[in-house]
Amino acid sequence: MPKSIAPRTASRLAVRKTYKLYIGGAFPRSESGRTFVVNGDNVALASRKDARDAVVAARSAQKKWAGATAYNRGQVLYRIAEMLEARRREFAGLGVKADEVDAAIDRWVWYAGWSDKIAQVAGGANPVAGPFFNISAPEPTGVVAVVAPPSLLGLVSVIAPAVVTGNTVVVLAPEPQVAITLAEVLATSDVPGGVVNILTGKYAETAPWLAAHADVNALDLTGVEHPELAAELERTAAGTLKRVIRPRPDADFTADPGLRPMTALLETKTVWHPKGE
Amino acid sequence: MFSYAPAPESRSVVDIASSYGLFIDGSFDPAKDGGTFKTVNPASEEVLAEVAAAGSEDVDRAVAAARRAFESWSALPGSERAKYLFRIARIIQERSRELAVLESLDNGKPIKESRDVDLPLVAAHFFYYAGWADKLGYAGFGPDPRPLGVAGQVIPWNFPLLMLAWKIAPALATGNTVVLKPAETTPLSALFFADVCRQADLPPGVVNIVTGAGDTGAYLVQHPDVNKVAFTGSTEVGREIARAVAGTGKRLTLELGGKAANIVFDDAPIDQAVEGIVNGIFFNQGHVCCAGSRLLVQESIAEELLTSLKRRMSTLRVGDPLDKNTDIGAINSAAQLARITELSEIGGAEGAERWSPECQLPDRGFWFAPTIFTGVTQAHRIAREEIFGPVLSVLTFRTPAEAVEKANNTPYGLSAGVWSEKGSRILAIADKLRAGVVWANTFNKFDPASPFGGYKESGYGREGGRHGLEAYLA
Repeated sequence: MPKSIAPRTASRLAVRKTYKLYIGGAFPRSESGRTFVVNGDNVALASRKDARDAVVAARSAQKKWAGATAYNRGQVLYRIAEMLEARRREFAGLGVKADEVDAAIDRWVWYAGWSDKIAQVAGGANPVAGPFFNISAPEPTGVVAVVAPPSLLGLVSVIAPAVVTGNTVVVLAPEPQVAITLAEVLATSDVPGGVVNILTGKYAETAPWLAAHADVNALDLTGVEHPELAAELERTAAGTLKRVIRPRPDADFTADPGLRPMTALLETKTVWHPKGE
Repeated sequence: MFSYAPAPESRSVVDIASSYGLFIDGSFDPAKDGGTFKTVNPASEEVLAEVAAAGSEDVDRAVAAARRAFESWSALPGSERAKYLFRIARIIQERSRELAVLESLDNGKPIKESRDVDLPLVAAHFFYYAGWADKLGYAGFGPDPRPLGVAGQVIPWNFPLLMLAWKIAPALATGNTVVLKPAETTPLSALFFADVCRQADLPPGVVNIVTGAGDTGAYLVQHPDVNKVAFTGSTEVGREIARAVAGTGKRLTLELGGKAANIVFDDAPIDQAVEGIVNGIFFNQGHVCCAGSRLLVQESIAEELLTSLKRRMSTLRVGDPLDKNTDIGAINSAAQLARITELSEIGGAEGAERWSPECQLPDRGFWFAPTIFTGVTQAHRIAREEIFGPVLSVLTFRTPAEAVEKANNTPYGLSAGVWSEKGSRILAIADKLRAGVVWANTFNKFDPASPFGGYKESGYGREGGRHGLEAYLA
């Protein structure tokens, strides 16, 4: 499978891409200096410290991202779809089928439209029995650590519902080339640095630190393959009462996701105020 | 000031049996191993009744009964389930005087609160969720919402019947069946509710009540045939339950502790704010997870506000819960009194200044005078830990940003209060507070149509409103 879209000629040696991490909008190497080989490429092997750095980046970006207008977040998500459309060939080069790229692009567009609608569907005025103005509105839960499924569509299906509502994410991605190529899409799509952070490597090594991290609000285990590891991570997350999305080994990411991927990462805030003259 | 003559509510309206069994599959039975415990009136330490202590076999039996009942209950048309819930609501309304007296006797809360707050809300919750039973397709959780199965529910002692209603009403409306464990210090109103279910001809096994202490609750939440666990109680126990449920696929909702900030800005109407502060921390003896236990007052008005607050606190009447003039009743148990006493002593030892109005406490029973601490810093344990009693910590702030920072400086995130006449400020502060319920210019208001639940370590899931259905639907 070709790794580069550059034309190979007898006289020219292709420039290979190094796949690094994606933290805070930049592409650093692992602070540990570790790499591993996937399909002939050296990719960064994230460490515990990289995971912590990614949480710091996600936390610093969260308030501003959540505070952006829903309209603005929707525009940014749509821009991701535009940039992904423009980079189809790179994903094809990584062996991602055209159908899947289509679906991933369409998923960004679908979620882009939710940014300014989810609050109307998941919140609203409550008719309480008394002279009060009472309103419930969804709010992001904060920083979400995600163990992503390997495919491009799987990756988009866990990142998009988290960020569209104002959460920021630290993603542990099992398929490094696809994930980091997506990171390059994000980096050129007006997504503020730190909103999405992607770590490559062995999630069994880094996930426990994120599950225990006191500054992570939710843990999405969608891509965890081993039930015992998933149970252990869920137990660890109980220590800080994190919201947990359980593994979905049979997930069909081509199906209509419904609202749950978004609502699972939302809090509901209810505000009471007296009514009177 | 003049003093009120005693105005006691009669306790003759309610019959308390000398002993109660477990309510399983529509009938009352003793525990398999014959275990019992006593429940006492915390205002007098009088033993009210002996109650069965459910062991693992009893829990097995209750879960099996709920499982059998689930098949037909979930298959009933929603409109029929609705009618059962409407019946229950009506019976509660009609028997509310009995229930209010029983609740005050077993819990120690003032009769004016059980009569005017708890019972109306209990009935309202059943009415509210009754109406949902045949409209679930419109609730926004997909076109074909299905019940989960058997719900294991564990509730605390601070609002025994209200917490039962919060748990049972949505569970039944959505077609689940339940096994509920009330707290060991306040089992009587749940057992009375079992009788309400019988009076409503609710099919046997749809509601089962198992009484007992923590190990009974642990059997229930760990039972392999329970599909959903709902818990209200301490953050510590919530953590244990989350660990126990991990990896099992059981659905879980948790309503845990809080350390709410009640923020008073310099433009707030002082008298109304003082009423709100008193309501926020002294309602139900402060045995409220969303109690406003941290008062954050803007420095420029701190002195004036504290003077008013102390004056108001001096008029609070502490004593007999069945007296209709009582504002603050008994602390629920000796153990809880010990915790409140210990943390208050630590507050003094750590350098905060303690003040209580002069008040005579009864000789018997468990009592704690309303107390405030001033000069509290964020490092003090009384500002960080949930005391769950009539104890208020007062901190000050200078700017709105500082107020928000201090309010959010806690692992909890259940509730908060904001007092200001400035609408734009209220909206901005409410936006920034990390709490599930924000009361602006009011406090401790509840309604079945209004979602309730916490951020962060105050738990997950919401109870009440349309949101409250989600926890019981696949």
